[in-house]
Amino acid sequence: MEYIIQYKFQILFFLIFSFSLFIFSRNFKKIYRNISLGKGGVLSNNKKERWKRVLFIAFGQSKMFDKPVVAILHLVVYLGFVIINIELIEIVIDGLFGTHRVLSFLGGFYDFLIAFFEIFAFLVLVSVVIFLIRRNIIRIKRFVQSEMKGWPTLDGNLILIFEILLMVAFLTMNAADSILQINYPDKYIQAGSFPVSNFFIVPLLENLSTGSLIIIERFSWWFHIIGILCFLNYLAISKHLHILLAFPSTYYSKLDPKGQFSNMKSVTKEVKVMLDPSVDPFSQTSDVSPETFGAKDVRDLNWLQLLNAYSCTECGRCTSECPANITGKKLSPRKIMMDVRDRVEELGNVIDKNGKDFNDGKSLLNDYIKPEELWACTSCNACVEACPINIDPLSIIMDLRRYAVMEESSAPSELNSVFSNIENNGAPWPFPASDRLKWKENE
Amino acid sequence: MELEVKTMTEWVQEGRKPEILFWVGSAGSFDDRAKKITRSFVEILNIANVDFAVLGTEESASGDVAKRAGNEFLFQMQALMNIQLLNSYNIKRIVTTCPHDYNTIKNEYKSLGGVYEVFHHTEFLIQLINKNKLKLNKIYKDTIITYHDPCYLGRGNRIYNQPRALLNYVGFKINEMHRSKNKSFCCGAGGAQMFKEPEKGKQDININRTLEALKTLGFEDKKKINSTFQQKRKIIATGCPFCNTMLTDGVKNQNKESEVEVLDIVEIISKAKESF
Repeated sequence: MEYIIQYKFQILFFLIFSFSLFIFSRNFKKIYRNISLGKGGVLSNNKKERWKRVLFIAFGQSKMFDKPVVAILHLVVYLGFVIINIELIEIVIDGLFGTHRVLSFLGGFYDFLIAFFEIFAFLVLVSVVIFLIRRNIIRIKRFVQSEMKGWPTLDGNLILIFEILLMVAFLTMNAADSILQINYPDKYIQAGSFPVSNFFIVPLLENLSTGSLIIIERFSWWFHIIGILCFLNYLAISKHLHILLAFPSTYYSKLDPKGQFSNMKSVTKEVKVMLDPSVDPFSQTSDVSPETFGAKDVRDLNWLQLLNAYSCTECGRCTSECPANITGKKLSPRKIMMDVRDRVEELGNVIDKNGKDFNDGKSLLNDYIKPEELWACTSCNACVEACPINIDPLSIIMDLRRYAVMEESSAPSELNSVFSNIENNGAPWPFPASDRLKWKENE
Repeated sequence: MELEVKTMTEWVQEGRKPEILFWVGSAGSFDDRAKKITRSFVEILNIANVDFAVLGTEESASGDVAKRAGNEFLFQMQALMNIQLLNSYNIKRIVTTCPHDYNTIKNEYKSLGGVYEVFHHTEFLIQLINKNKLKLNKIYKDTIITYHDPCYLGRGNRIYNQPRALLNYVGFKINEMHRSKNKSFCCGAGGAQMFKEPEKGKQDININRTLEALKTLGFEDKKKINSTFQQKRKIIATGCPFCNTMLTDGVKNQNKESEVEVLDIVEIISKAKESF
């Protein structure tokens, strides 16, 4: 009993820490499972080129620099997040062993690190405030378009508010600690250098009693670590998941020219049978698998397309470049990605409840993505080009079109006439092949 | 001008082999506007003494439209038939004036057994110039020009420079649109849109793009629209028969067809060629 009282904070820390890691791993197993609902066939050739992409596009955020000012702010938040989380090592050790600033033996380097963290914390705060202003006061168009209504907008703001709270907690903890270090040199280790918190927060705390300072320091410490652990678990339901999944998404992104679309192997088999006069078509019928052509639901997509959906941070750069969207059509490539994630989450829950083969009667096509969106696409690749992490909404649109045409025969009627023209006279127009050389004659 | 064109069958009958196949494409064969582009390119091939063949009545749709419309069956039927034909003639090199056929034949025929060296006509024209087979005059003065990147040439296959180099070569300084190169804005024809009515919206895509082109040429700037502006030729250049149709329609929609020409690069080049 004595031990429990003596080590109560360490035990509490251990419980909170392991509980949140447990929840985190459970959430991520589920996301992994959901992504694995997709089909295979994702290419991973040319590893060198892929790692180069991870380095430049994911780590270096090169495609963000299309909008340089935002890119710098984003880079600051990202670096700040990564760098300040180095502090996590110390927090975890302190938490588990009841130490205080255990890494302070690093001496001058420790001072430098803490000062560095503080400066980054400050820069992150500034950037995040600018981001909040862009979303809520300037209301930049791509942040307020129709698919952003409700949860997506709240999600965007919550992430930013989370960041503010974490940074303020970190700086407040430092400020309180630095006063205690001066007032009680024998009890508090002299360690760290606090350029930002000394300037902004220390003046606010200076006249407080020692008891209050101790409470503020401890409260901020706990708030900071519990905040980080909450944030970690928040990722699973948030667009902020991109901080992890942007890397595999970029790694597996298409290396072929953007104009090149995949050839469906299942179709090649059948077409070859049809074209080869030596093959008896009836002898083959038993061989032909009852595979669906194209995608009706998320299970018909490949796992990279599902990974893309989980990696999308809903920045809307795709939609703001989409010619269909700009001219007022329903299509929004960002909505395509959000729909895929929503649907795969829903399907995941259905499977958890009712087993793997349960059919909930819903599908991505028609229930989430309407034909009107699908058929507005010009396949121009502007969305793919615009995505900072090479997400490919176009491949999903194409797979849905394939289903609509080959399984539902629901193409717009003009396209059905085009198909029969191509079948009958080898051109989208109703002209006979015998007229193919008529261009030679000068009119 | 009388064009000299031989089909693959004629080459075979003569027992000779052409150096390259010109894939005319369905638009280039049947669309009245695109036929002019086809003829301009053949004029240049003739002047540069290129031994080329066409497939003539044996040619069939590449399958691009079917594929982007989701009809993979029809695409692969077309692709496999075309590949069979091309391979039976042992064709290795292909040039085409259509970025869609360029993309399809170059990239999508590969895994179906059709491996060819494929050139867009702008790439091929540059080669002719570099080999001194084609000489061009700097004839264009008093002209304002902008260039529209076709999606399947630009973003689709990263060909941004060759068309621009050709325009520079004949003396143009290009007024670039705000959205150009990898940020180019689609004409509205791709993905089989050419053949259907657009979905409901507040504007047609080709109008949006045409307005940008007109603005780039100087039409919105009231101060610029004086007699010198009016005397200058105004050209929207492109390298795709579908973009050409969409932008021509856009220009007509804005009642500017008497002031602005929509021309393929090869049509511009063919006016600058020197006869040997």
